[in-house]
Amino acid sequence: MMASSYNAKDEDGHITVSGPGGGTLRSKKPENTAFKQQRLPAWQPILTAGTVLPAFFIIGLIFIPIGIGLYVTSNNIKEFEVTLYDMSGPHQNPFRNCNNVFMYYGLSNFYQNHRRYVKSRDDSQLNGDLESLMKPSKECEPYAYHENKPIAPCGAIANSMFNDTLELFYNDPNGTKIQIPMTATGIAWWTDKHVKFRNPTDNANLTAVFQGTTKPVNWRRPVYELDTDPQNNGFINEDFIVWMRTAALPTFRKLYRIIPKKNSMVPTLLRGNYTLEVVYNYPVRSFEGRKRMILSTISWMGGKNPFLGIAYITVGSVCFFLGVVLLIIHHKYGNRNNSADIAN
Amino acid sequence: DIRLLCACTCLGGDERRVDSRTIYVGHRSGSPNEAIIPPKFCDNRIVSSKYTVWNFLPKNLFEQFRRIANFYFLIIFLVQVRTVDTPTSPVTSGLPLFFVITVTAIKQGYEDWLRHKADNEVNKYPVTVLEDGRRIRKESEKIKVGDVVEVEEDETFPCDLILLQSSRDDDTCFVTTASLDGESNHKVRCTALLDLESLNATIECEQPQPDLYKFVGRMHIYTNNQEPAVRSLGPENLLLKGATLKNTQKICGVAVYTGMETKMALNYQGKSQKRSAVEKSINAFLLVYLCILVSKALVCTTLKYVWQSKPGQDEPWYNEKTQREKDTNLVSMFTDFLSFMVLFNFIIPVSMYVTVEMQKFLGSFFITWDKDFFDPEIKEGALVNTSDLNEELGQVEYVFTDKTGTLTQNNMEFIECCIDGFQYKYRDASSELDGFCVTDGPVNKLQQKAGREREELFLRALCLCHTVQVKESTEQKVVPPPEEQRGFIASSPDEVALVKGAMRYGFTFLGLESKTMKILNRNNDVEMYELLHVLNFDPVRRRMSVIVRSRSGDTLLFCKGADSSIFPRVRQEEVERIRMHVERNATEGYRTLCVAYKHLSAEEYAQADKGLREARLALQDREEKLMAVYNQVETGMSLIGATAVEDRLQEEAAETMEALQGAGIKIWVLTGDKMETAKSTCYACRLFQRNTELLELTVRTLEDGGRRREERLHELLIEYHKKAVLNLNLFLCSCCRSWSSANQDYGFIIDGATLSMVLNTSSESNSSRYKNLFLQICQNCTTVLCCRMAPLQKAQIVKMVKNSKGSPITLSIGDGANDVSMILEAHVGIGIKGKEGRQAVRNSDYAIPKLKHLKKLLLAHGHLYYVRIAHLVQYFFYKNLCFILPQFLYQFFCGYSQQPLYDAAYLTMYNICFTSMPILAYSLLEQHICIEILLDNATLYREIAKNAMLRWGPFLYWTLLGVFHGLLFFFGVRYLFSNPALQDNGQVFGNWSYGTIVFTVLVFTVTLKLALDTRHWTWINHFVIWGSLAFYVFFSFFWGGIIWPFLRQQRLYFVFANMLSSVSAWLVIILLILLSLLPEILLVVFRKPRGPHARQVELKHTYTA
Repeated sequence: MMASSYNAKDEDGHITVSGPGGGTLRSKKPENTAFKQQRLPAWQPILTAGTVLPAFFIIGLIFIPIGIGLYVTSNNIKEFEVTLYDMSGPHQNPFRNCNNVFMYYGLSNFYQNHRRYVKSRDDSQLNGDLESLMKPSKECEPYAYHENKPIAPCGAIANSMFNDTLELFYNDPNGTKIQIPMTATGIAWWTDKHVKFRNPTDNANLTAVFQGTTKPVNWRRPVYELDTDPQNNGFINEDFIVWMRTAALPTFRKLYRIIPKKNSMVPTLLRGNYTLEVVYNYPVRSFEGRKRMILSTISWMGGKNPFLGIAYITVGSVCFFLGVVLLIIHHKYGNRNNSADIAN
Repeated sequence: DIRLLCACTCLGGDERRVDSRTIYVGHRSGSPNEAIIPPKFCDNRIVSSKYTVWNFLPKNLFEQFRRIANFYFLIIFLVQVRTVDTPTSPVTSGLPLFFVITVTAIKQGYEDWLRHKADNEVNKYPVTVLEDGRRIRKESEKIKVGDVVEVEEDETFPCDLILLQSSRDDDTCFVTTASLDGESNHKVRCTALLDLESLNATIECEQPQPDLYKFVGRMHIYTNNQEPAVRSLGPENLLLKGATLKNTQKICGVAVYTGMETKMALNYQGKSQKRSAVEKSINAFLLVYLCILVSKALVCTTLKYVWQSKPGQDEPWYNEKTQREKDTNLVSMFTDFLSFMVLFNFIIPVSMYVTVEMQKFLGSFFITWDKDFFDPEIKEGALVNTSDLNEELGQVEYVFTDKTGTLTQNNMEFIECCIDGFQYKYRDASSELDGFCVTDGPVNKLQQKAGREREELFLRALCLCHTVQVKESTEQKVVPPPEEQRGFIASSPDEVALVKGAMRYGFTFLGLESKTMKILNRNNDVEMYELLHVLNFDPVRRRMSVIVRSRSGDTLLFCKGADSSIFPRVRQEEVERIRMHVERNATEGYRTLCVAYKHLSAEEYAQADKGLREARLALQDREEKLMAVYNQVETGMSLIGATAVEDRLQEEAAETMEALQGAGIKIWVLTGDKMETAKSTCYACRLFQRNTELLELTVRTLEDGGRRREERLHELLIEYHKKAVLNLNLFLCSCCRSWSSANQDYGFIIDGATLSMVLNTSSESNSSRYKNLFLQICQNCTTVLCCRMAPLQKAQIVKMVKNSKGSPITLSIGDGANDVSMILEAHVGIGIKGKEGRQAVRNSDYAIPKLKHLKKLLLAHGHLYYVRIAHLVQYFFYKNLCFILPQFLYQFFCGYSQQPLYDAAYLTMYNICFTSMPILAYSLLEQHICIEILLDNATLYREIAKNAMLRWGPFLYWTLLGVFHGLLFFFGVRYLFSNPALQDNGQVFGNWSYGTIVFTVLVFTVTLKLALDTRHWTWINHFVIWGSLAFYVFFSFFWGGIIWPFLRQQRLYFVFANMLSSVSAWLVIILLILLSLLPEILLVVFRKPRGPHARQVELKHTYTA
């Protein structure tokens, strides 16, 4: 990208002048080292129009294909979004591919990134620390104690865990509703599930472990009854872990379930009508929020997001265009510029 | 009543303290029946250190927190500690502050430790004190006023002493005051009295004052119940602390001033702190950023309350406040504001000051290390007394230079003389052994030589009228050393040149022994003269005289001095014959002195003798009285001749001056010398060119018109102003292009007398107007020559220019004690380690061995330092702006809740670890243009003139760049996060991932931005730039890889690793970095080619074209 010249200026390099008997003299005479004489060999890149121009073309040539790739990928991702109200109804299925389909729930105007909210958790309690279980951190206030019992898990984040139930049914043409099987695992970061979040002991009997604590006020069930599967119960319940990773923006989505692919031949979701059944527990009206359900496939770049593709294509084309324009300017006016310099 | 008596004497003591102090020599009371109440004087400790072990911590902390930036950070820290509800932990701002304070404290502690060491060396030095006839070894600091101290040869005096006894027969001793005022000659000091054993005396002398050459005292000697004898004491009896005893085995003296009251210590103080213009720029920028900070906090606070006013926003069901938060609702507005301040406080770069300080401190080593500044003659290199002004060297607009010893070598050589109007030019000693050789003499062709008698009188005068000493060889040889190698020591090199000149013509000065001057005349006979009086040289009289008595009993007065001071005192008919020679010599650049003599009759001498003795005894107005007697004696002399001494130019003086002028620096020569001599030096240094039009404003031009001086001055000023200022402006308007070639250069000459007229005109209204006119004329002249300047006038001129419009950066360079005032006054003071000793060096900011080194110091070092520090400052503000701007923008998306975008570790480490080293390395090593090219093309210096890189334009550019980057980082990631499912397994990212992506882009962008600006990549640059980035990646992995037991929240656990597992994150990071740097790269295309060699290429083009 840049033309460069390697300038090794140290004819006398790192050699120190230290003749025999020159002891007294040397103490005062500055040492003739490359560093002290500011003559370290140095690479001195020259940035000129000539060296920078190819960079524009190269950036353009690399970015435009990447952008197109990203854009196409993003466009190929099928996404289906429905705003949840107190009703459910039949919907057309847009998915025709055979890969996993991911079900997200989305909330808007929900400030999970509010500072009071973000800090309202006790990570050592969630990591299975018994002491913290019984004495939740002050940060959890006012969700630390309820009726003089420590809340497990404490804090505002845990307390406001999303507790709607979403179920998807296939409306078979013959009139029956077939429930689509969905997995509730694999939705949280592996490290969160296995290291950061741990139940107080590995004791299978979670009920005993959480003895003496109380459930968060808004919860209907205690933490040890979140799931029947012992590997997905208590603090390591993945719905819980996903909720505990606070979102960056007030409008966000969180992974809810994965609809696993059947095999590579059969589409994961068959063509036809589906019904989404929502057990509506989670109040959003009070803060003017909205709930959504999103079904989406996933590519190598994640979920559907045309931004990256467009950005890459734009930057790439701008670079390329600039390269062309600059090349023309450089060729046409470059010489005249030089002569102007000389006149000065 | 004893008590009453005590009170009385105490009172008396207090009264005396006002004007004089009484010292009991050897602590023995003056008269036997009077008990001594020892007056309290300070002890003999020299304290130059600032701190002690005990007060270091509080005092240093106090000093550091007086700095506005540190104080600000302390406040922020305290706010964080006190307020429970702060967005970031106190550690995040406390740690950098602690780091900064510690580093500064260590640096200052180390410097103070060095001072302590130096102090101890002086204070613990063993000295011998005589107490009741016994010799006691003591530490120097224990000397009290009144102690009798014994000092041996080559020792320095531990305090200011009155000489009592000397081991020399003639009751004198020799001292050298080289370390005090730089005069390396041996000075004679006379004893005050002889008998030490039964000494009973008091000394009454003035209170300590800093003037090295003034001392007035009186000694009362009590001998068995007689009236006390009184002796006068003057500077010739005083041995100053810091001076060294020479040529004398040992002396005894009584301490009169000790410790911090010695003249040395009094002179040491008062060195004012100089601040660089860059620091002023930093403070201005700091204020802008403070305003940005406050307005950001205000905007956020306001919006927060607007946002909260909507129902359900402030406290939704999922996010209730604690009871305490609800209670403190009333003051919450203020705490919210403080919280935002805390959140955004990183915008003021806490580490900038420490980095700037380190850069200056370390950077100044390059000056001392530079081998080009090493002078093999004196075996010394450059010296840096302050590292605060490095960058100022790149900003110099005015150079004020001394002439003698700075532009010229101060290595005098006798060139010719003129006796009775006949010129004697010395050709070569070997070819014309017998002396005089006459060339192109005066018009009188009948008689080519002056009479032999006159010749010899002239040479005798040269041999006698001086204060030169013969250097005594250590092994008292009987055989005098070969003539040419005879060593002379004198305070002024002119005198040595004259004595040596006389030696060539056959008159050799053999030395001064017990008031007898011996001369070897042409016939190899020794002539003896009794030295009766020396009428010392001083710059006001500009002459000196001796009164001697020859063997035959004639009393003669020889006088030599500047023509202006001699001519009025001799017979006018003699003057005309010699004036021509003097003027011709002066125009050739020689220093001229006139020699006159006078026979003193017995009565005349007796009268003069009496007058001189009386004046010397006077306690008050001694100077004035002496002056009056001198003037009275030095009249009615007859002129014998004149001498011309050449002061050769310094090596490469002309080239250096030319380079500086090429660099756009205006050079003012300030000298005490004559106008003609100074003018010729200016021509020789190419400061004046042939086509330079000289505008003269001297006493001579003022007297031309025959009118009153004031009127003439007014007229001339207006005329010159018209010429130099108005014409130039007209000229500039008419032809803007290539103005430099056709421009008329003006040189301006003014002398001291006229200058004081300009500056102190009688009428008030005119004075400011004259000053303005004068300044405007001067500013339009390439060179200004100010001659016949007193030291204080030099400083006055510097001050005037310094405070003129645009407050240009001034630099003073000089080598002598008379330049100290202007060295101290200018922004940058440079001392030359010349012949006139060390005083200039000690008071300077930088000291160099030769004038020629000034070129590299300014053009290369100064230029580079300026570019480095300017870039450092701008970069620091930029990197903190784009660091904190995303955090500010995030507030709009998190309900103005002061939620930090970045993790606390990142907030803390950003400035002290991730981005500090590359910029430090850059600011130490960058050479955007090679040193050689900088030296070859002085015009490059103009590119950075007038603080070009730290003006509001560049600041705005950097600020906008920071804003652009900040916006890009934040919104780029924001749009990416419109779908937070960024991993290929459908999992979502949270707020900490958001912050980490922004932070990663940020660290990479600011580091690569610096890499893009680096023109000089040494291995160190490579190491720190790539090392910093690697360290960031490593640290992020490490920080997120472990559940840290001491953290309350494991916010970043595996966030970084997860981010890297997402392709989208990679792509957005690459995109944003590239997009941020794109405008920079784009600018390159439009700019002139840059880089160290590009200049060369460009110049080659110019030559070929």
